[in-house]
Amino acid sequence: MTEDLHQLAAEAEATLHAAKDSAALEAWRVRYFGRKGVLSDVMARLSTISREERPAYGKAANEFRQTLDAAFAARQEVLRQAELAEALAAEGVDVTLPGRPVSLGRMHPSHRTLREIYAIFAEMGFQVYDAPDVETDENNFQLLNMPPGHPARDMWDTFYTTTPGVILRTHTSPGQIRVMRQYCPEPIRVILPGMCYRYEQVTARSEMMFHQVEALAVGHNITMADLKGVVISFARKMYGEGRKVRFRCSHFPFTEPSAEVDMDCIICGGQGCRVCKYTGWLEIMGCGMVHPVVLRNGGYDPDVYSGFAFGMGVERPAMLKYRINDIRYFFANDARFLEQFV
Amino acid sequence: MKVPISWLKEYVNITVPIPALAERMTLAGLEVSGIDYIGVEPPTGAGQAAKGKSQRVPWDRERIWVGQILEVRPHPNADRLTLATVEFGHGAPLTVVTGAPNIRPGEKGQKVPFAQVGAKLIDGHYDDGRLLTLKAGKIRGVASEGMVCSEKELGLSDDHEGILILPDDAPVSVPLADYLGDVVLEVEITPNMARCMSIIGIAREVAALTGQKLRLAEPAMQAAGAPIAGQVAIEIPDSDLCNRYSATLIRGVTIGPSPFWLRHRLRLAGMRPISNVVDVTNYVMWEWGQPLHAFDYDKLAERAGGRAPIIIIRRARAGEKMTTLDGVARDLTTDMLLITDTAGPIAVAGVMGGAETEVTEQTRNILLESANFHNINNRRTSQALRLPSEASQRFGRGVPAGMTIPAATRATELMRVLASGVIAQGYADAYPVPQETSVVEITPGQVERILGMKVSAERITAILESLEFRVEKVAPEVLRCTVPWQRLDVSIAADLIEEVARVIGYDQIPTTLFDDTLPPQRRNLDLEAEERIRDILIGCGLQDTIAYSLVGQDTNHRLLAALNDPDSGYTAPGVIPCLLPPAACIRLANPLTPEHDTMRTSLAPSALMILRDNLRFRDRIAQFEIGRVYWPRENQLLPDEPRHLCLVLTGPRESLSWHGGSGEMTDFYDLKGIVEALLSRLGIADARFAATTHPAFGPRVARLTINGVDAGILGELHPQVRAAFDLPAQRVSLAEFALAPFLAAFNRPQTVTPLSAFPAVREDLAFIVDEGVTAEKVLAVMRAAGGDLLRAVELFDLYRGAPIPAGRKSLAYRLTYQADDRTLSADAVERLRNRIVKRVQQELGAELRG
Ligand SMILES: [Zn+2]
Repeated sequence: MTEDLHQLAAEAEATLHAAKDSAALEAWRVRYFGRKGVLSDVMARLSTISREERPAYGKAANEFRQTLDAAFAARQEVLRQAELAEALAAEGVDVTLPGRPVSLGRMHPSHRTLREIYAIFAEMGFQVYDAPDVETDENNFQLLNMPPGHPARDMWDTFYTTTPGVILRTHTSPGQIRVMRQYCPEPIRVILPGMCYRYEQVTARSEMMFHQVEALAVGHNITMADLKGVVISFARKMYGEGRKVRFRCSHFPFTEPSAEVDMDCIICGGQGCRVCKYTGWLEIMGCGMVHPVVLRNGGYDPDVYSGFAFGMGVERPAMLKYRINDIRYFFANDARFLEQFV
Repeated sequence: MKVPISWLKEYVNITVPIPALAERMTLAGLEVSGIDYIGVEPPTGAGQAAKGKSQRVPWDRERIWVGQILEVRPHPNADRLTLATVEFGHGAPLTVVTGAPNIRPGEKGQKVPFAQVGAKLIDGHYDDGRLLTLKAGKIRGVASEGMVCSEKELGLSDDHEGILILPDDAPVSVPLADYLGDVVLEVEITPNMARCMSIIGIAREVAALTGQKLRLAEPAMQAAGAPIAGQVAIEIPDSDLCNRYSATLIRGVTIGPSPFWLRHRLRLAGMRPISNVVDVTNYVMWEWGQPLHAFDYDKLAERAGGRAPIIIIRRARAGEKMTTLDGVARDLTTDMLLITDTAGPIAVAGVMGGAETEVTEQTRNILLESANFHNINNRRTSQALRLPSEASQRFGRGVPAGMTIPAATRATELMRVLASGVIAQGYADAYPVPQETSVVEITPGQVERILGMKVSAERITAILESLEFRVEKVAPEVLRCTVPWQRLDVSIAADLIEEVARVIGYDQIPTTLFDDTLPPQRRNLDLEAEERIRDILIGCGLQDTIAYSLVGQDTNHRLLAALNDPDSGYTAPGVIPCLLPPAACIRLANPLTPEHDTMRTSLAPSALMILRDNLRFRDRIAQFEIGRVYWPRENQLLPDEPRHLCLVLTGPRESLSWHGGSGEMTDFYDLKGIVEALLSRLGIADARFAATTHPAFGPRVARLTINGVDAGILGELHPQVRAAFDLPAQRVSLAEFALAPFLAAFNRPQTVTPLSAFPAVREDLAFIVDEGVTAEKVLAVMRAAGGDLLRAVELFDLYRGAPIPAGRKSLAYRLTYQADDRTLSADAVERLRNRIVKRVQQELGAELRG
């Protein structure tokens, strides 16, 4: 009898293996586990056989059931895996198709550059101070040691308003007077960003409007050596660690001594090119020790206090950094230009 | 200022290579912006940077020589050509065919530049500077074995009329580069360096910078004529504008061309040779920095009725006119200084001479003016007359009074040599206001305090003395410095500190990073908030822009196209964008163009111009600007400059893609969504949108108030405004806000609500209400009725149409109920719901939808 069961089990396993999908598996289950299935036949036979044979048969029948249960579960899992694999295979996509577009905004290159400048100066303790675009001739020129008719005024082509004595600031330097008058006698370390205006024909190289950032430090022990330290730190953080920086004597009526700061040309590496006008150097800012007259106009006694100031463009560095060859791009707001900034 | 090195060398030895000299000068404040090598090779081994921008061709030292013409014969086959045989010292004389009109058959002996076959020259037949290499060949049947060169072919000028005739003493057989080659420095002169607008001024600096001595002898003139006294008198009634007027007289000159050396030098310096007398005035101005003017003395005498002329320097009288030597009749104003005689004006002082007394070819006697005029007054006059000149450049920056006599002497003597003539003895010299001598004290302590570097008293003394200051030690550490007469730019210790620093070299100053008290540290919250807003809007997909602060009336008017009279502006109280009438704006007195003549009072017009331009390339645009507007204030000189925020949106909501998409266009609610996102990210809870009207907008327009303060307006543009900006017929949404209300909440402390541990219950309710009932009202009633337990209300459907009766709409909400301290029972939820429904029904006439 038990041999019969072994044979039955072998048969069952063979047919189970032949079941290739869930329908065949179900048919097999009904055939073996169903109410009138093989298993219930095997179990029913238990009551018909002799008492002596019953324990051995019972044991074999149980083994038979366990074998079938295990085989069914295993086969079911195999088929489930196969079906899942098939379903997933149908889910495959062309991963090279573009994703759903997200609408992107980008920061204007002048603002990006300003932020870099703010961050570099913040590390050195400089805070941002705001001053107006529409200024008095007094703040823009007179209090900066340029009385009416002063020849240095020619350095700035000025937009005048219809109100006498009111102009569009030609540089951020009038902010120096405002900061000093507000904070005197505290020591000062500020930067003054802002829009400046020049009466100049708009060309690829010159704009009538541009950003500048002015820096001003006033205290009891501010020296030209500090000015050099701050400027060199700034230039290397802004343009790269290895940059060469040189200070050459220049003239601004509101600083004395005055200097222009040059950096080795980042386009040609100092070999000479169109951008650096074949000098190998690029002018990055004007600077100097605050003129005693200007300190006094700000309320600080020049015998007790000293200070330095410098001013630089914002669009120029951006042009160098991003190799922009036409300054007019900045305020034309052409989407094709602005969208290039990552 | 162009500085030929050969000229500079007359006054100082040049001991360093040209690139090194240029760098030393540049670092010391005389910026050399260009180096032009004339006929000579730039130094080898130097990079392009050291060589400058020179594009000229060097004169081949093996092939281009100083030659001499031995014979000129006619060309057998051509009337216009001649055959010139040239001796050049390196082999037998050679014969060349030339068309030069300035050598004629039968002539001989002229010194000329001679180029052998193989030499590179500029091709005289073209104007683009292209080069040619000289080849042997026949011209009309006669062999030509080289070339006699024109100035153009050598790159000296554009003159190709004839060949260059060199001076008689030019040494034959010397390479032309050695004889005529030069280097010209282009030096940028800052206003404080006015003393260096002269060869001698620069030589003095070069001497100090390179440790050389300036070679400068006091000029002298051979005066053999009758004394000048009695032949001319000078009166200066307006001595506040003219502190010195000196003059010399030279009789019997012959006006003619200047010799080659003088013309050559003037050209190298960038000036045009005219005639010997005029050239001398220019030459001496370049050399000394003193502008000079030559009058025809006989014309002055004639105007004086044959008597000795009296030169009177005075301001112009009201209504006075004169014709300047450019032939223009000038209207003069009473603040312009004139040179006059008893008959009227003869020159605008230091700006331009008069036509009537001008030197001409017939002039025989010259009165030479060497004077000093007030710099600011002179500058204003030359600007007012629009007559900038080399003279007014120098007067405008200040010329020392001590210069008049040496310069006049130098020029008069040169005229005697070059134009012959006899110099009257002495000078006519009125000097009513003598130049003051400045004395400035300085201590090594002051130098260290400013430079951050110790410099000894001895070193300071040596540096200042090299610049011709007189330095005395008046106390152990105090130096009393007398400023030399040629320096008008030194008046305080800081000026001397700069002299010390620039001669030592700024590169010698150490580099430190503050040894000083840190100033009080203050945050700039407005700036931080502005940058935060910029980040949020960029995150919302908007492009950051910056428009000109200057707009034109035409652009402003477009925004008010829907008004009958846009000229009157639109200034409803508290409403933004608000456009002032043109007369009330800040306007430029000297605009570059009418498109940029007014400081903007609103960002919207320029934003729409940007939109218009970009719609040529893009169909979907979302942009913003944070910028200033300029509002005049009553009784204040300067305007208020509040920052505004402008947002613009148009085109499809989703950009084109293979994923499809709804194809819907953005509208008011897209813009409002962005504004809400911004408010939410800034933590602004109290913001209200209310319907409003504005002439720039159609019916979809709202006013935003933040914490009860008007912030601005958002809406869809009026179709007429859209058309006025040449925009396509699609919805354009625009918002303009004042930034200040958005900043008020920035950086306010924020606290977080603990999370409830008890479950939330969600359910959906739909109400049918009249069209006039706003979403805001329904929300407010639900919130009031629901109290604390109503945690969230989300509107998820708005429906109009059957079976809802016309004039009514259905609003469907998902409500979330939750308590912090207990699970809400079914009863509690039902009571809450009933309360909400009842209140909405009672207060808004709503009907609960099935
Ligand atoms: Zn370069």
